[in-house]
Amino acid sequence: MFTSVDDVSARLAETGYLASPAVATTVFLAARLGKPLLVEGPAGVGKTELAKAVAQVAAARLVRLQCYEGVDESRALYEWNHAKQLLRISAGRDESWDETRTDIFSEEFLLPRPLLTAIRGDEPTVLLVDETDKADIEMEGLLLEVLSDFQITVPELGTVTATRRPFVVLTSNAGRELSEALRRRCLFLHIGFPEEELERRIVRLKVPGLGQALTESVVRVVGALRAMDLRKAPSVAETVDWAHTLLALGAGTLDETVVRDTLGVILKHQDDIQKAAAKLDLDAL
Amino acid sequence: MTAVADRITGLAGALRAHGVRIGTGETVDAARAVEALGLADRELLREGLAATLLHGPGQRALFDSVFDLYFPRGVGGPRETPGDREDLRDRLARALAEDDRALMGRLAAEAVDGLGGYGSSPGSDGWSAYQTLDRLRPQTLLARVRADVRGRDGNGAGFTDRLLDDEIRRRIEEFRRLVGAEARRRVAERRGRDEIARRGVRPTADRVDFLFANRDQLAELRRTVAPLARKLATRLAARRRRAARGTVDLRRTLRSSLSTGGVPMRPVLRRRRPVRPELVLLCDVSGSVSGFSDFTMLLVQALHDQFGKVRVFAFVNRLDEVTGLLDHGRADPDGLGARIRAEATLTGWHGSSDYGVALGEFAERYGGAVGPRTTVFVLGDARTNMSDPNLAAVREVARRARRVYWLNPEPHAQWGTGDSAAPAYADLVEMHECRTARQLGALIARLLPV
Ligand SMILES: Nc1ncnc2c1ncn2[C@@H]1O[C@H](COP(=O)(O)OP(=O)(O)OP(=O)(O)O)[C@@H](O)[C@H]1O
Ligand SMILES: [Mg+2]
Repeated sequence: MFTSVDDVSARLAETGYLASPAVATTVFLAARLGKPLLVEGPAGVGKTELAKAVAQVAAARLVRLQCYEGVDESRALYEWNHAKQLLRISAGRDESWDETRTDIFSEEFLLPRPLLTAIRGDEPTVLLVDETDKADIEMEGLLLEVLSDFQITVPELGTVTATRRPFVVLTSNAGRELSEALRRRCLFLHIGFPEEELERRIVRLKVPGLGQALTESVVRVVGALRAMDLRKAPSVAETVDWAHTLLALGAGTLDETVVRDTLGVILKHQDDIQKAAAKLDLDAL
Repeated sequence: MTAVADRITGLAGALRAHGVRIGTGETVDAARAVEALGLADRELLREGLAATLLHGPGQRALFDSVFDLYFPRGVGGPRETPGDREDLRDRLARALAEDDRALMGRLAAEAVDGLGGYGSSPGSDGWSAYQTLDRLRPQTLLARVRADVRGRDGNGAGFTDRLLDDEIRRRIEEFRRLVGAEARRRVAERRGRDEIARRGVRPTADRVDFLFANRDQLAELRRTVAPLARKLATRLAARRRRAARGTVDLRRTLRSSLSTGGVPMRPVLRRRRPVRPELVLLCDVSGSVSGFSDFTMLLVQALHDQFGKVRVFAFVNRLDEVTGLLDHGRADPDGLGARIRAEATLTGWHGSSDYGVALGEFAERYGGAVGPRTTVFVLGDARTNMSDPNLAAVREVARRARRVYWLNPEPHAQWGTGDSAAPAYADLVEMHECRTARQLGALIARLLPV
């Protein structure tokens, strides 16, 4: 899939994703060793974006399983299309039950969900299991099974084995500690807040109109905010949003008024805003 | 490749010695990673080994220290003959002003080589980061670096100028870390890296003794409160689910079987009372154990929605309720300890702990806080400064409460030495050694009522 770590960086960059050396190395290894990649990190550092970018450079289809509390097998693996089955049953009144049964538990009535979809096709696939920590522990057991054998058994149809293993990315915000067993299956990548230089490049890429000096100031202020131990430190997503805002406002440089008026774009909690305003010596809000 | 294989084995062994769980699967993957990445780029190698050997973020700082020993930047001292102290300071000031990490790394090596050696001839007995930093005094470069940066950026009129001092401090901090890593590497060359990797490397924060943790480590621990609380909340939820599945309610099973002609078709499970347990915390917040009690209070605060009611009391030799302070303290965990000590009445006419008086005051003034649904946690080292431990008060609390646990941050071997009344209290209530965040997490998961 990739020839070297540099190849990973270069090709991801073409899609608009700027990878740190850690990200590029781990993606390269995950492809090389054929292991799922577990990506953890705070919100908005580009975990989901990474999986999308990998799919794009690999010319693979992206199959996404979005996890949430209560997501279950019927959402993750497959489900029978009951409505259609009922129609079929009432349509074939004069067949024997055996005939009907064989028919309604066939491919035609199956609704494949992301895990099955990802395993079945022949084309290259990136399977993104997003926000794995939101799912219940039972879901983890299911993932573990699928990621061990890359096969899924549908009792009525038989076992489906992947002819081509998907490149698997699991993301987690550490909302719930994932089990040791699942972690052991995966290569581990923690994406934290980027180094200043990388973040400047991201801003330049996403908000090219902003100008050199202002880009630099934006990244420095965000860095200072992250050092403040706030309830929610600003992430890359907030940096980019802030840069967009400043561009829209036509701000030429940062000054107290501009920062004070736009702090709400970067910080989401009122007490964070107050704390930051005090530490940045902004006049009382 | 065998030399490399040995390195990986050594690295994995050192990590295991620090409590990182690494199986053979991981070492095999690590070896494959090295094969795929090659040895040319040390930073890629670092990332590749971290990705294959680690499974969580908490172990990364430890990993980096150990990696620096097994895959060192170089061998021996720097090739450049080290300049004198003033020359080093000049060049360091420039590196700090430009935030040039690579140069800072090289200067750290030169500094340890030139200033850090001790013994009859330099370095004959070892290399010391402390001595290096003490002689070089990088922190005194702040003003110079500031002036340098300002001169470059045009006299510092802009808004971001106010960030500059903190930025420079963070760079100096980074340089200090580099010096520490370099001194460890040099020592390891002399004394064997396996030994240094096991003894000379800072453990992960959750394994540091509360009683010996320094300010940075305590701050690092505070940052683990939220993730630890989330982890404990899932464990508690699992225990609660298990408890809720409960036992068969025979009476209701038979009653419902009347509709099926008296055949008990479907067992009725006893439903659990929906009331949530109540928690009372009694915390010694005197200097000696404050790191421990502050951390525990924050953790319990973070878990508060797991309980019907949480009340927290702090004491030194007087006792006061601090539940409200803790609620308002969520936004500023670092300031919690200071605020409690400033705003609550915790001392009478002297400043040292007196468990007997404080526990007596609790039983007398706040006895009503404890009922049959309440679990009480006492946090402290049980060092009474030779005054009466007031066992009657503890007995009284234990009688009213559902359970009483005492968490003691001292090692078990020290209970009862000097002025410790731990054994006497341990006779009345269940006392557990709780020296590290890791131990605390395990105890809370096990002992908290659900
Ligand atoms: N390295 C990067 N290169 C380019 N863009 C990035 C990078 N990191 C983050 N971004 C930007 O940040 C935004 C947020 O990223 P994303 O949604 O992937 O975050 P996330 O880590 O999945 O967050 P969450 O945990 O909230 O799902 C992206 O839309 C992208 O614009
Ligand atoms: Mg996401």
